[in-house]
Amino acid sequence: MVTGTTSASDVLVSTDWVAQHARDAGVRIVEVDVDTTAFGQGHVPGAVGWNWSTELCDTLVRDIIPKAKFEALMSRSGIGNDTTVVLYGDNNNWFAAWAFWQMKIYGHRDVRIMDGGRKKWLSDSRDLETATPSVAPATYHAPAPDMSIRAFLPEVQDALKKGTPLVDVRSPQEFTGEILAPPGLPETCQRGGHIPGAKSIPWGKACNEDGTFKSTAELQQLYGGAGVTPDKAVIAYCRIGERSSHTWFVLKHLLAYPDVKNYDGSWTEWGNLVGAPVEKP
Amino acid sequence: MQAQDFTRRTLELVGWSLLVETYRAGATYYTTVSSADAGARFARGEAASREESERIALEKAEKWLGQTRRFPGSDAVKKPQ
Repeated sequence: MVTGTTSASDVLVSTDWVAQHARDAGVRIVEVDVDTTAFGQGHVPGAVGWNWSTELCDTLVRDIIPKAKFEALMSRSGIGNDTTVVLYGDNNNWFAAWAFWQMKIYGHRDVRIMDGGRKKWLSDSRDLETATPSVAPATYHAPAPDMSIRAFLPEVQDALKKGTPLVDVRSPQEFTGEILAPPGLPETCQRGGHIPGAKSIPWGKACNEDGTFKSTAELQQLYGGAGVTPDKAVIAYCRIGERSSHTWFVLKHLLAYPDVKNYDGSWTEWGNLVGAPVEKP
Repeated sequence: MQAQDFTRRTLELVGWSLLVETYRAGATYYTTVSSADAGARFARGEAASREESERIALEKAEKWLGQTRRFPGSDAVKKPQ
């Protein structure tokens, strides 16, 4: 397998690898964007597109995608339990990481991310296709969800007492409370600031300018230098859980930290809780 | 069809640091504008020329930025300016 810019990994593939293998039997490329119109502008030939706001969540209750809906999504995307799935998307793979995290919750064995995401595919002047590919449905059976990689509110509250490292991956302006959400993004909160004791390590610091992930040595320095080390449990959070799934991916799969959880309730939960402690700046 | 002429630049707009990325696919230019710190795309444009595509995206960006409340001080959340 060709890997990206980090050390050898079984969860990253390069744009070269995708160009060579996108239509291989047993491989499915999936685009997941913040901008749900981007797929229609042109995508990796043969790729299918998922809409994060309707297909990767429970659209009634605030929650991740339910098991039956996940199985149906996999099936209609032509993904079987043994399919190699390569995810990519805009914003340096924000929602590709969100999809990756959920696929791991449902136990998919071979799921990877295209290093650099949509940005690198475009800047490499790669082929684009606008047609939605016709996909033969597959059979998919998911196991019970593995919630060991997901943190719920009580665990985060408990982490405050225990001193479990919390990593706030939002922008510095969100961390300090100067803004409640990035410009143009509607999901917001009643209070600005951060969970007391959280370390501010914005997700984007893990990426190079071209969207690829930084080297293992650089990533170790980034997190280890802030006291976020593999000997401790770590909980990452952001605003709605997608940027923190990006950091979760880095810590869990690129740096192999053994105990990392994504708190997908994130600031839109904490920053709206009555009486929750908030630290500023 | 290929993605072509990808460009990336940063600029300041009404006090925000922005990242502007544009590429061409076929006869259409596509632009996205992101806030540099948050890394979040929040405006886009498309047109037959790079200049027009970026103009449309930046016009939308300026509108969004104008609607984004900033709380420069620690008491500002309790007492919005």
